[in-house]
Amino acid sequence: MDPAKLMEQPITWSSAGVYTLMAIGLLLVVIVFVTYAIYFERKVIGWMQFRKGPNRTGPLGLLQTVADVAKLLLKEDTIPAKADRGLFIMAPVLAFVPSFTVLAVIPYTQNLPFADLNVGFLYYVALSGVTTIAIIIGAWSSNNKLALLGGMRSAAQMISYEVPLVISVVGTVMMAGSLNLRDIVEAQAGYFWNWNFLPQIVGFAVFIVAAISELNRTPFDLPEAESELVSGYHVEYSGFRFAFFMLAEYVYVWAIASLTTLLFLGGWHPPFPQLSFIPGIVWFLLKFAFVVFCLFWIRATFPRMRVDQLMGMAWKVLLPLSILNIFITAVLIELGIGG
Amino acid sequence: MIRTEELLLNVGPQHPSTHGVFRLIVKLDGEIITEVQPVIGYLHRGTEKLAESLNYTQIIPYTDRMDYVSAMTNNYVFVHAVETLMQIEVPERAEFLRLIVMELQRIASHLVWWGTYLLDIGALSPFLFAFSDRERILELFNELCGARLTYNYMRVGGVKWDAPEGWIDKVKRFVKDMRLRLDEYHNLVTGNEIFISRVKGIGQYDAETAIQYGLSGANLRCTGVKWDLRKDEPYSLYSRFEFDVVTGQNGDCYDRYLCRVGEIEQSLRILEQALEQFPESGPTMGKVPRVIRPPAGEVYVRIESPRGEIGCHLVSKGKAEPFRVKFRRPSFVNLQILPKLLVGQNISDLVAILGGVDIVLGEVDC
Repeated sequence: MDPAKLMEQPITWSSAGVYTLMAIGLLLVVIVFVTYAIYFERKVIGWMQFRKGPNRTGPLGLLQTVADVAKLLLKEDTIPAKADRGLFIMAPVLAFVPSFTVLAVIPYTQNLPFADLNVGFLYYVALSGVTTIAIIIGAWSSNNKLALLGGMRSAAQMISYEVPLVISVVGTVMMAGSLNLRDIVEAQAGYFWNWNFLPQIVGFAVFIVAAISELNRTPFDLPEAESELVSGYHVEYSGFRFAFFMLAEYVYVWAIASLTTLLFLGGWHPPFPQLSFIPGIVWFLLKFAFVVFCLFWIRATFPRMRVDQLMGMAWKVLLPLSILNIFITAVLIELGIGG
Repeated sequence: MIRTEELLLNVGPQHPSTHGVFRLIVKLDGEIITEVQPVIGYLHRGTEKLAESLNYTQIIPYTDRMDYVSAMTNNYVFVHAVETLMQIEVPERAEFLRLIVMELQRIASHLVWWGTYLLDIGALSPFLFAFSDRERILELFNELCGARLTYNYMRVGGVKWDAPEGWIDKVKRFVKDMRLRLDEYHNLVTGNEIFISRVKGIGQYDAETAIQYGLSGANLRCTGVKWDLRKDEPYSLYSRFEFDVVTGQNGDCYDRYLCRVGEIEQSLRILEQALEQFPESGPTMGKVPRVIRPPAGEVYVRIESPRGEIGCHLVSKGKAEPFRVKFRRPSFVNLQILPKLLVGQNISDLVAILGGVDIVLGEVDC
């Protein structure tokens, strides 16, 4: 059944069943992705550091993450005596749910969006903000000073970086004339120099920096900051509650990598129209894998920034740059050069 | 009005960036440090007291365990003190071996510092790069004396083991490779914008303050004071070799970084010369009585360890055991300036400043 057509029909029992099945299917795909993203990250960073990475559990170490998850499942689930129990239990779930729901609007190919939303990008930004609240709740309810510092950092960082993240994409939106992610991709059809990363080079740069910061990954991993805050907001979490935070983190890697591919790297379009006999999903996956690889590469290379420098960069550098980008894009569109 | 409170945060003794069991009780206003109280002593083993009931050869392994990142220099300062008191002549080959292992040790120690410092600042990879190079030095030591960390290599009057066949060539090869690796290190880290912004202007003090606090080593040289015992009070064979004393200007963490990385290069220079002049053959032990009984008297010797000036004050009453041994440990002295540096800084800079001091807790607590 074509999912796009299904969406236009009124909801019935059978269509609701199909939705549920598809959601479960996506969840399974996401979990497999997270499993192997972690494996891939450890392998990539291992190679960059002249190590082998995991290679003992299963062939080539492929079952390492599975074993890790099994270990987390079997671990004793501890809740600190002075923690706020209700909030402490709620936080990991609250962190994971939005990370999964944002995946709904991501179109992987022309025909494979789960929800073809007109305000796709806004939906993404709005929901991903909820995870911040979950992190603060988790940090606060742990009743741990290091966790609290991590949570506060996380709040400040997410709020600061969400602004340039959204504004940097506005140029792209203006060129496509739509907030719908599918339309934005369609506007990039043609050769690879039509992809937004070249015409929107400033927006692209700002987006990448802000996105890495949103992911809380090195060099912006201040909320966790192993060497300062031990492990930040999830210091008191163990077992599967901890796994949920990790899961959310890696699902956001998926989401951000998809978003980068869609907004700036032409989504499912091949670099040359002559290559369009190769299915769009292959192109999407290639670009997606490249972005994920770059995220891991950055992690292996850079030291961490300091919290005040981080704030300064968001408000003094990224925000003016992205606003300038909007202005230039608007002028160019008005002159009839871009868009 | 919002009522705000200061946050009392306990950093350590089990904390990833305190490099062992060091504890800091920190008062925070937001993320700004308003008060610091360091607590030490978690690793105190009473080395100096133990030494009073051991004979001189038995004390050497205890010195290994003080600064366990740089055991060779500790070995040396102790045997050097005994030799000075007894006026023992050390054969040239033994002295060359000592100098070579001490310089290798300096490189190894600075590599550990380099790796862990960047780990503190949040970069993962340099740590593993540094340790893979240090591994080669440890392998060389292992071939020489059968231990990788606590060598127990030097003896009063010489060294315990002669270099095995081909060892000198291996060191030569290592020195050659290390120069190339050092360039890679600079490419990866030294010019990195984030790294510079994290360490430049952080933990700054001037030469006068440094001298008042009795700092030594790179912690002193980063302020521009040209003070290196290898040059100023040459011991061993250092007066025979050409090398520069690396100094900084600003006295901040960045200059301390440059000093230490520069010292690796100077150590390589010393090693290159020493390996060229290494005597083909000769004894590795001088004429030493079977039972070491220094004449009554006392002596203070000091040498340049990777962390600064390490001294040994030895008091003998003419017995087989020393009457009193006192070690001046550079880590302990250098640590004293920490509370002064931390107040008013961000909690993120705490690890950058603490790491920049380069302490080894085994030596702080002794």
